[in-house]
Amino acid sequence: MSISVHMNDKEEDRFPGKHINELPDELFEKVGEDSKQDNEEISRPSKSYWQDAWGRFRKDRLAMIGLCFVLIMAVFAIFGPMFSQYTYDGQDLNNGNQPPSSEHWFGTDKFGRDIFVRTLYGARISLLIGFVAAAINMVIGVIYGGLSGYFGGRVDMILMRIVDIMIGVPDLLYIILVMMFLGNSIQSILIALCLTSWIGTARIVRSQVVTLKHQEYALAARSIGSSNLRILFKHLIPNSIGPIIVTVTFLVPSAIFSEAFLSFLGIGIQVPIASWGTLVNDAIPTIFTQPYQMLFPALAISLTMFSLNFIGDGLRDALDPRLKK
Amino acid sequence: MENNENLIEVKNLKKYFDVKKGLFSRSDRQLKAVDDVSFSIKKGETLGLVGESGCGKTTAGRTLLKLYEPTSGQILFQGKPIEHLKFKEILPIRKKMQMIFQDPYASLDPRMTVGEIIGDPLDVHKICSGKDRADRIRELIELVGLKKDHINRYPHEFSGGQRQRIGIARALAVEPEFIVCDEPISALDVSIQAQVVNMLEELQEKFGLTYLFISHDLSMVRHISHKVGVMYLGSLVEIADANTLYTNMQHPYTKALLSALPIADPDLAEKSERIHLQGDVPSPLNPPPGCAFQTRCAYAVATCREVKPELKVIGSGHQVACHIVSS
Amino acid sequence: MKLLQINNLKTTFHIEAGQVQAVRGISFHVDRGESVGIVGESGSGKSVSMLSIMRLLPENAKIDADRLTFDGTEIMDMDQKQMRRLHGNDIGMIFQDPMTSLNPLFTIGDQIMEPIRIHQKLSKSEAKKRAIEVLKMVEIPSPESRLNQYPHEFSGGMRQRVMIAIAISCNPKLLIADEPTTALDVTIQAQILDLMSDLKKKGNTSIVLITHDLGVVASMCSRIIVMYGGEIVEEGTTREVFYNPQHPYTWGLMRSMPKVTEGEKKKLIPIPGSPPDLLSPPKGCAFAARCEHAMKICTQMSPVPISLSESHRAACWLMHPKAAKVERGVGS
Repeated sequence: MSISVHMNDKEEDRFPGKHINELPDELFEKVGEDSKQDNEEISRPSKSYWQDAWGRFRKDRLAMIGLCFVLIMAVFAIFGPMFSQYTYDGQDLNNGNQPPSSEHWFGTDKFGRDIFVRTLYGARISLLIGFVAAAINMVIGVIYGGLSGYFGGRVDMILMRIVDIMIGVPDLLYIILVMMFLGNSIQSILIALCLTSWIGTARIVRSQVVTLKHQEYALAARSIGSSNLRILFKHLIPNSIGPIIVTVTFLVPSAIFSEAFLSFLGIGIQVPIASWGTLVNDAIPTIFTQPYQMLFPALAISLTMFSLNFIGDGLRDALDPRLKK
Repeated sequence: MENNENLIEVKNLKKYFDVKKGLFSRSDRQLKAVDDVSFSIKKGETLGLVGESGCGKTTAGRTLLKLYEPTSGQILFQGKPIEHLKFKEILPIRKKMQMIFQDPYASLDPRMTVGEIIGDPLDVHKICSGKDRADRIRELIELVGLKKDHINRYPHEFSGGQRQRIGIARALAVEPEFIVCDEPISALDVSIQAQVVNMLEELQEKFGLTYLFISHDLSMVRHISHKVGVMYLGSLVEIADANTLYTNMQHPYTKALLSALPIADPDLAEKSERIHLQGDVPSPLNPPPGCAFQTRCAYAVATCREVKPELKVIGSGHQVACHIVSS
Repeated sequence: MKLLQINNLKTTFHIEAGQVQAVRGISFHVDRGESVGIVGESGSGKSVSMLSIMRLLPENAKIDADRLTFDGTEIMDMDQKQMRRLHGNDIGMIFQDPMTSLNPLFTIGDQIMEPIRIHQKLSKSEAKKRAIEVLKMVEIPSPESRLNQYPHEFSGGMRQRVMIAIAISCNPKLLIADEPTTALDVTIQAQILDLMSDLKKKGNTSIVLITHDLGVVASMCSRIIVMYGGEIVEEGTTREVFYNPQHPYTWGLMRSMPKVTEGEKKKLIPIPGSPPDLLSPPKGCAFAARCEHAMKICTQMSPVPISLSESHRAACWLMHPKAAKVERGVGS
């Protein structure tokens, strides 16, 4: 058998300075089993779904700015009022309608209340309502949508028709009715906001579960003897977590906005408790004489809206498995 | 235990699916996925079930495990009928019957680590917990040739063959006696298929497992099975010992199926004569009258178009459902 | 003259985790009228190399080659217009999944006639005539009425026939079939393979058949290229590769397949381990970690392709004169 070697310029790179026939003999010793490369080795670092998603989220600049803003806002909202000499309802009639100064950073309203503290206090109420409403919506939506999608058939048909009827009536009608019956309090606002807004989440979860329940791992779970609820909540829901989180993230700003809107209309939080909506409402009479009274709470609402929406967009991109390689 | 004892026995198993036409339509049609199939598997042996897609082999396997409710017929496990048992009652038996799936990518929950996947059946059946559970998981993962530092990794980090072995470890976790292997190798590369088949054979020897091996790959089925059944459009057309079936096949469909197999040998491939089957498998929604195969069969006679042939014994353990094969 | 000539093709995918070197410097050619089988497992780079030639890869792919010529023209230099001519007219492609490669919204007729009308500049009635002609060629019964049907009215095998009809409608010089029968049943697979052999005999179309099934290439192809880990490990005529294989990977492939013709049961000899991760390909031979004959040099340097005949070459250090002779272990 004659052996001829295709020599081209590439092979020179492979054997710098050596001809193929001059390779030392010891290179041709057989490699023992133990010193061999591990043929089951996985060279890539282990990355969980969350680490992976966080890696992608971190690269989204707008989303990161939004996240920082919301976090700072939350920290200020929780701790800010503690370090201020003023309280949200402390009146000082001698110092009414003061413009922003070193004393009162955002100025004071007509009762001499510090607008900075009131805005921070408003952030407490608004963020609380936003996140709690989103959390409640998520729980209801996941359970309702999950059951509807998993059991399908008649159950699905009935549950989804109920939802269709509910969504046929305008939201505002429910909300105003609830506020009238239960009075103006944070609890009643939460109840009003959670009455129908979980429907979007429920529909998303349902469609996810409908597609996922035919996956083989669901069948595999059944074959090892898992109960229906275990399959639903241990396998299917965790696998729909991406879309769920994205929808819920968009629920936060919409809840904050709804609350501000209700308070602005005067059927939300009642004075002296401040939310961003009531602050803006209070500032209407003085919009031309003391515009700063409206500017700061309005700015707080808009920036928070922006930030939460950017976070939502960033999360959608980060959690979307289609981008996964 | 004596070896001629049947671990699994299936009698006249039928599984029909209702196909809904529409919301207001009353005339729902039935898809006869498995239509009157009977077979038995001896303890420690393997029955291979072959056929083309849509022939009902997968449905048969799933109905056997009661993942689908059988329409009618009997399923005997260790001589006891299980077809009527409810979810709670079947749980202890579920432990003894497990399944390995076709798609190693879809059959593992992507959000769970390998340890959680293998531990799942241990939790469901409350077999062990704490340190015992961790030890058992490690034992299982090493049993299938993976390493303990793989336990905290996620399925997507593994290759197809490794994932399939994770699926095997999950099935073995509850120490089953019977495993339905539903096309366990068809999604794998050739070099990996042999790994998995060898592993299944070794495990069979080690634990005395009984398999139902469902596949469309006739050469692998011959390799692993003691007995082979051929399915066509929901019915068994031929069943025999592996060697008998491959050397002395009788049903025209079995013959066509075997001759269609590509031969990995250029000289033999040149010499071999293929039986050309015309057309496609008919829709199971609208099966032809008489013998299901008559539309594609070159030997079909008038009787074949009218009467559905029954399985008849033509040799020891060799049964054929065909009018033109004489015993 | 060679129809397709590829020299030192490299394809790299840029992903978040780094660069996946899917094809790592392969060279081969396809002659006019010949059929070449590319065999390898998933991730071996067999499909990617063909998609690279067609420049049909996603944006994160980078293609690099010393030479990449089709019919004497450098593919890398082609502009959009020339590329469009290449697709569909000069090169036809058939993909693995006939269920997803047809557009469900258009009739079969529309989809066959589209490339004909674009490339051959035929009128509607002439294109229809040609469409019926190609449907007859792929043995679809009553083609005239079938033209107006939608993909869902066709079975899997029939759809793959339609795909072949589309691919050959413009008389391409080269037909690339990427696992054309993997999604099909054995009896249907046999029908499609027969059909492709007929096409090969009739015209002087060259065929590149990408597959993982050695059985499929044995009857279809005159030459075989075996790929592993993004490289060509062995290349030769079908008989050379089947009856005198040189690379341990080729041996492993053959030993791991059960033979339906064999009388008694033999234990299968699998190739241990898993294929390499091309995100960080191993130094030296890609197969070394799974090779029972691996030597020290195998883990340090890539083997050089060595020719055994005009057509047969393999890249393995075992063929070096200093390497010990090993038992090949292929029962032939």
